[in-house]
Amino acid sequence: MVDWLDPLLLARWQFGLTTIYHFLFVPLTIGLAFTVAIFQTMWVRTDHAKYLQLTKFFGTIFLINFAMGVVTGIVQEFQFGMNWSDYSRFVGDVFGAPLAFEGILAFFLEATFIGLWIFGWDKLPRGIHLACIWIVSAGSIASAYFIIAANAFMQNPIAFQMNEEKGRAELTSIGELLANPIALAAFPHTIFACFMVSAGLIITVAAWHLARNQHLETMRPALKFGLWMMLIAGVATTFFGDQLSLAMVEAQPMKMAAAEALYHTTAGASFSVFTLGTPDGVHELFSIRVPHLLSFLSTHDFFGTVEGINNLQDQYQTLYGPGDYTPIIWVTYWSFRWMIGLGMIHMLVAVVGLWLTRKGRMPANPWVWRAAVWAFPASLAAMTMGWIFTEMGRQPWLVFGLLKTADGVSPGVSGLEVLISLIAFTLVYGILAVVEFKLIVRAVKKGPDDLPAPDPETGVVTPRVTVY
Amino acid sequence: MDLSILWFWIIAVLFIGYFVLDGFDFGVGMSLPFLGRKDVDRRVLINTIGPVWDLNETWVIVAGAALFAAFPEWYATLFSGFYLPLLLILLALIVRGVSFEYRHQRPESHWKKWFDGMIVVGSAVPSLLWGVAFANIVRGVPLDANHDYIGGFFNLLNPYALLGGVTTLMLFFTHGVIFASLKTTGDLRARARALAVKAGVITIVVAAVFLAWTVISFGTSVTAVLAAVAAVALIGAFLANLRGAEGWAFTLMALTIALAVLALFSALFPNVMPASNDPANSLTIENASSTPYTLQVMTWTAAISMPLVLLYQGWTYWVFRKRVTGAYIEKADGARADGARADGARADGARASRRSSSVGSLNPQDSALTLAEGLRSDHLAAEQAVTASGDDMDELDAGLNQVDAPPAGS
Repeated sequence: MVDWLDPLLLARWQFGLTTIYHFLFVPLTIGLAFTVAIFQTMWVRTDHAKYLQLTKFFGTIFLINFAMGVVTGIVQEFQFGMNWSDYSRFVGDVFGAPLAFEGILAFFLEATFIGLWIFGWDKLPRGIHLACIWIVSAGSIASAYFIIAANAFMQNPIAFQMNEEKGRAELTSIGELLANPIALAAFPHTIFACFMVSAGLIITVAAWHLARNQHLETMRPALKFGLWMMLIAGVATTFFGDQLSLAMVEAQPMKMAAAEALYHTTAGASFSVFTLGTPDGVHELFSIRVPHLLSFLSTHDFFGTVEGINNLQDQYQTLYGPGDYTPIIWVTYWSFRWMIGLGMIHMLVAVVGLWLTRKGRMPANPWVWRAAVWAFPASLAAMTMGWIFTEMGRQPWLVFGLLKTADGVSPGVSGLEVLISLIAFTLVYGILAVVEFKLIVRAVKKGPDDLPAPDPETGVVTPRVTVY
Repeated sequence: MDLSILWFWIIAVLFIGYFVLDGFDFGVGMSLPFLGRKDVDRRVLINTIGPVWDLNETWVIVAGAALFAAFPEWYATLFSGFYLPLLLILLALIVRGVSFEYRHQRPESHWKKWFDGMIVVGSAVPSLLWGVAFANIVRGVPLDANHDYIGGFFNLLNPYALLGGVTTLMLFFTHGVIFASLKTTGDLRARARALAVKAGVITIVVAAVFLAWTVISFGTSVTAVLAAVAAVALIGAFLANLRGAEGWAFTLMALTIALAVLALFSALFPNVMPASNDPANSLTIENASSTPYTLQVMTWTAAISMPLVLLYQGWTYWVFRKRVTGAYIEKADGARADGARADGARADGARASRRSSSVGSLNPQDSALTLAEGLRSDHLAAEQAVTASGDDMDELDAGLNQVDAPPAGS
């Protein structure tokens, strides 16, 4: 029987829901800030009107999305204290510093220069206005670094010592904390995945217009740009994903075993692309397997040994006492596959797309365009799967090896209170998701605005100003 | 000096930054039903804070993160203990933030009305609840031996805390209305000034009672001095507004808020969260703070980066120093409508005519009205030109030039 007023269960659902939701907007903020900065740079350098149109067009989508990223982000920061107060007491000395850095060094930059960029078209010289969007991009990327460094401490706690008297972890080296091997691999992995999401959006939007044979002069270069960005970012995401696997096997072997549902320690382990099993996951009915691949992913050696779930469970019982140290296997198994599978499909889409549009060709087959339109939702889904994998794969730990999720929850907050907040967040987030989605679809379908007439003497186009 | 004591005051400064800055944009948000008679007025008001609300709000994110890093126990107790008020603040900040961005995405008036409402509620709720929260911190709340709050929700709604909430609500409202008078022109500016007089009277009464209560029940002699200077600054702001010295009025309001926050923190010192049931359970600067090493790291980061932050934020305010006029907004709209029409004509004739008529329909009479009004107000401004700054004169020119051009969108 599930206890619907169990504060722990509710707090976990709330954290999962609000975090996944928040991270639907963040990748687009990070990816599009960078993309819009590139379009605007090309406009400033070449004065081609199409680049200004692309800047303004994707800038509009960026801004509709940006507000959601900001306001759902505040929830995240407050939630550590609200729902996870024992966790906050335990890690605050270590975990708080990167969060404070994120605020002081990244969010201030981002929030200040976004205002200058939105409203500064007629108030700043062209070069300085361009610098503003680059600073926004740098700020958004820097914020990702600090939050991933904080998260890396939960995956692979380092640079601390335990204070038994106060019952908390205490920071011993900020440099070491920020250079956590998990962070060094997860940061580029995440950033390039954000670029994939942004490339996915550009491909979706361009394909939608090109299929209708409209806005050709802007959408053709946009498609080309999106496809190249997808390919390059996809290769980089894969490379750093591989680095992250290696670091993860070192720090959290259980997560890798759970990713493959590998129960027994195996040398030369195969990787299953697809498995059908009995519902309890104990017996395998059918699977497609790639020999030796799991060993290669885990150790870069086709004959390397990968530790199994049962063996690790025994080890952890000896180390941490009796208990279940296994994550929910079907969640880790499938989220890992969907993340990789969707990522691979995207790179395939990019290669095929670049081939079909080579030398200015335009595919006539409508199915090509219908497929391409799915690039954005699918890339966002891949991103979400990656986070579900990495966070669920850490369970039952909140801070690996130090603090269990069950021990981090706020003891003073009742199940009813969390239920109220969970319902409130679900409702508000649900409504806003519909509004946001409709606004973005509307902006996308409208297409780029035509530009004001260029100055007859200089031939220079003065961009329109933005007002609320 | 002990770094944890330094960080106690840095936290105070971060909340001062938050309340002074986001305070006025909360006030502008709350003033919409009072000052925004027409859509263009509401848009002018929203555009006075458009470029800066996000950077203002970031101060609370930084304050929260600094609290987490410097005083984890304080952060944990406060945020879990004041669960429902903080939930309401979060929900308010969410709907308010997206409303600024979404409101102008569609031209329909029912769409705008909906988001106007969200901006008003989203500004009022945090203004009230931050005061309730801080008053409760100063007053003390029941804590158990693990420093967890054990008082329940309704314990937070005591008279002192509610008065604290009304005080911040009124302070931010007046602060915002004075900011509106500083950043607008003509009739709107005059109405904002008149409203600030009325709101100012209520604010002075409420704030005086709250500050006196704070000093008598919880304060030290330092609190008394700070509260007294805050009260003088508030009266100064009121008088400056009466005389039309908008810049002075705004500065003095900012000073009032800063001193009031300092007064509360001085009443708190050296506790950070006194336990009302048993002083032994109180959270103090000493038992709530991080290690000296973490505080040292944070101090270096803050010392190096905060001057830079203040510099570029100050520069932003300087870039957007001009008053916002209805004419500026109409002009931007007219340009956009032209673009939409030209764009639509090529794509789809029927749809284009529908779209341009929906965009254009607002404009012809409305904009002519606004321009006439703008002209009138600029003459008013010219009468007061003895005290007008250079910026005002630039605007006057711009406003007059506008009149020569045909009304936008007609």
